[in-house]
Amino acid sequence: MTKLFTISPSPHIHSGDSVNKIMYSVILALLPAFIWAVVMFGLDSVRVTLVAVAACVAFEYLIQKYILQKTPQITDGSAALTGVLLAFNVPASIPSWMLIVGALVAIGIAKMPFGGLGNNPFNPALVGRVFMLISFPVQMTSWPAIHSAGVDAITTATPLAILKEGIKNGQPVAELYKSLPANMDLFLGNMSGSLGEISVIALLIGGIFLLVRKIITWHIPVSVLVSSAIFSGIFWVIDPGKYTDPIFQLMTGGLILGAFFMATDMVTSPMNAKAQLLFGAGIGMLTITIRFWGAYPEGVSFAILIMNALVPLLNRFIKPKRFGEVKIQSING
Amino acid sequence: MIKTFKIGGVHPAENKLSAEKAIEVLALPKSVFIPVGQHIGAPAEAVVQKGDQVKAGQLIARSSGFVSANIHSSVSGTVKKIDIGPDTSGYPKKGVYIDVEDDIWDEQIDRSSEVKTEISLDSAAILAKIQDAGIVGLGGATFPTHVKLVPPKGMKAEVLLINGVECEPYLTSDHRMMLEHGAELVVGVQLLMKALNVTRAAIGIENNKPDAIEKMKDLLAGQNTISVMPLQVKYPQGGEKQLIKAVTGREVPSGALPISVGVVVTNIATTFAVYEAVQKNKPLFERIVTVTGKSVQNPSNFKVRIGTAISQLIEAAGGLPENCGKIINGGPMMGKAVANIEIPVTKGTSGILMMPEKEAKRRAVMPCIRCSRCVSVCPMGLEPFLLMTVSEKQIWETAENERIMDCIECGSCSYTCPANRPLLDYIRLGKGKVGALIRTRKQ
Repeated sequence: MTKLFTISPSPHIHSGDSVNKIMYSVILALLPAFIWAVVMFGLDSVRVTLVAVAACVAFEYLIQKYILQKTPQITDGSAALTGVLLAFNVPASIPSWMLIVGALVAIGIAKMPFGGLGNNPFNPALVGRVFMLISFPVQMTSWPAIHSAGVDAITTATPLAILKEGIKNGQPVAELYKSLPANMDLFLGNMSGSLGEISVIALLIGGIFLLVRKIITWHIPVSVLVSSAIFSGIFWVIDPGKYTDPIFQLMTGGLILGAFFMATDMVTSPMNAKAQLLFGAGIGMLTITIRFWGAYPEGVSFAILIMNALVPLLNRFIKPKRFGEVKIQSING
Repeated sequence: MIKTFKIGGVHPAENKLSAEKAIEVLALPKSVFIPVGQHIGAPAEAVVQKGDQVKAGQLIARSSGFVSANIHSSVSGTVKKIDIGPDTSGYPKKGVYIDVEDDIWDEQIDRSSEVKTEISLDSAAILAKIQDAGIVGLGGATFPTHVKLVPPKGMKAEVLLINGVECEPYLTSDHRMMLEHGAELVVGVQLLMKALNVTRAAIGIENNKPDAIEKMKDLLAGQNTISVMPLQVKYPQGGEKQLIKAVTGREVPSGALPISVGVVVTNIATTFAVYEAVQKNKPLFERIVTVTGKSVQNPSNFKVRIGTAISQLIEAAGGLPENCGKIINGGPMMGKAVANIEIPVTKGTSGILMMPEKEAKRRAVMPCIRCSRCVSVCPMGLEPFLLMTVSEKQIWETAENERIMDCIECGSCSYTCPANRPLLDYIRLGKGKVGALIRTRKQ
């Protein structure tokens, strides 16, 4: 008997990369920030993260199985990642049922109706988060005091909220600085805020891990950070009495989390380097715009969602540098 | 900094298992099947009949058009029949069956191993010899070399580029050729330069072959017309346009041929064939084939007569591995999977790669997660995800506007895709369709 061989077109080898590896690598990269959250907010961090992940995975499973009547694909890790990112973007004190509502919006509205993995135009975790912010404004802006494990009802404000409130009341920035954490505290994460956004260093470790593993490229995070710094820097130079410095802007309000983990969401970001740079620059400018002149103290979520909406346009009009798009360089032709 | 091409590219595991194995002459087969269409263009027309006695090197099928090539017998013996036989494509193809008797070569052929460096012929005579010898691009594309060496009206060659990149994983035939036949290659390059009437040539070699770079540099020391250009390892650097970009910095415009920037590229094996044809009167009837694979007992580089069944090469390399699930004619990135092992070695066969079952099957396709890796690795600056989608949806106009015809089918996109999407499969489909539409439009 002759043996039958596999016949398929080239290429016959594969890099070995997979969707699962990408998703789980991103989750792994978020581990340092998670550990820091447990240190700062105690077991509430574990509760919030577990509830968000479980709810996102469960909703995806139920929708795939009973509404779409397909084989559930929850092992790809994308729903779990949405859960982790949702948890990272809410206060550690958030009631579990609100989180479940947020997860339902993230998976049930922002992701699955568009066709599931790969087809959602907006970052599901951010849609869930913004829905919660609008629906539960009090709980979503009550921040647990740091090192408060086991102690209830002590709340504090985030640096950006203190600033926004102060400026609204006519206090000069120089004076407000006194009630704000020092730069080193911001860098380490010695302040309050959403669960996973507070420690710049923990997030940077994860971000660098993703860059080194080539899960993400530098284009989006660098353009977000550079554009935020330049844009806020311009106003700071013009009027330091009214605007804060760029370093402060970079280290607060989840900008690092957004730049490395939310804006880089593959599904909702552009498909080539040039478009990604523009996308990131847009996020940076919009973030600072919302922070300086908007109603909310912080604007990363909105900025990313707005730029998500522009991704199809960016993909359509900004093309990668083509090979062979050149003038004839020789005598021939 | 060491040179390479600028846009895209990937780094598959090299797996050059047979790099240390000297070229061995494979035992003569008992019979051969020599297809008459081994090149791009019109198949040659058989000029022998059943029962004819032939010698090795004797013309058995004559070139039948402008883009076509002569075919010579690779053995001496009796023509058994002219019939269809197995082919890499899976479709039966016409060819000449010869039963081997003895090993008598055409009297014209100089069988000595002495390197003949003196070049006595002029450009036209060299070209005529190359044409007579049936030389085609031996890197796998099999485009008739004599056609390539005559620039279209109004164009002129400035530089000859020799492709010693061998960027396909596993393959080592060109590497061995440089190490063992460097002196002949130098003469081959000089012959090609004379045929093209150019004064400059460069040999591009990736720096994963330091011994070959060293060897060629030694042989070329003391002159400044032919240079050796070490290149950073990156696939698909052996692609004509990528190699030209890497070595000369010139970019071949979309849709144009290399000659439009004054460059002609030939590969190492072809250059050696040119040497043999011109200096030794030997037509192209044998070539070096790498026989390799992770489970292959004895990965080797064989010198093989054209028309030998690949089963004999596999036998000589230690037999078909128990776990072999796929056999590839060529390298793993661009080679073709074959259905059976009775297909003959042809001019375009650079390697036979046996892959274990585990690696033979593709993994399940997942939804595109828009990671944009296919875009960043595409050496032509295309958007494979988009080309796949428009091909799937049969939107041919968009496919053409998005430059689907620029695709060189290197496979970097499919290789990289974390969702295992069959990007290149669909792009090939689209290219076929768009190419046909363009041709009808021109008529």
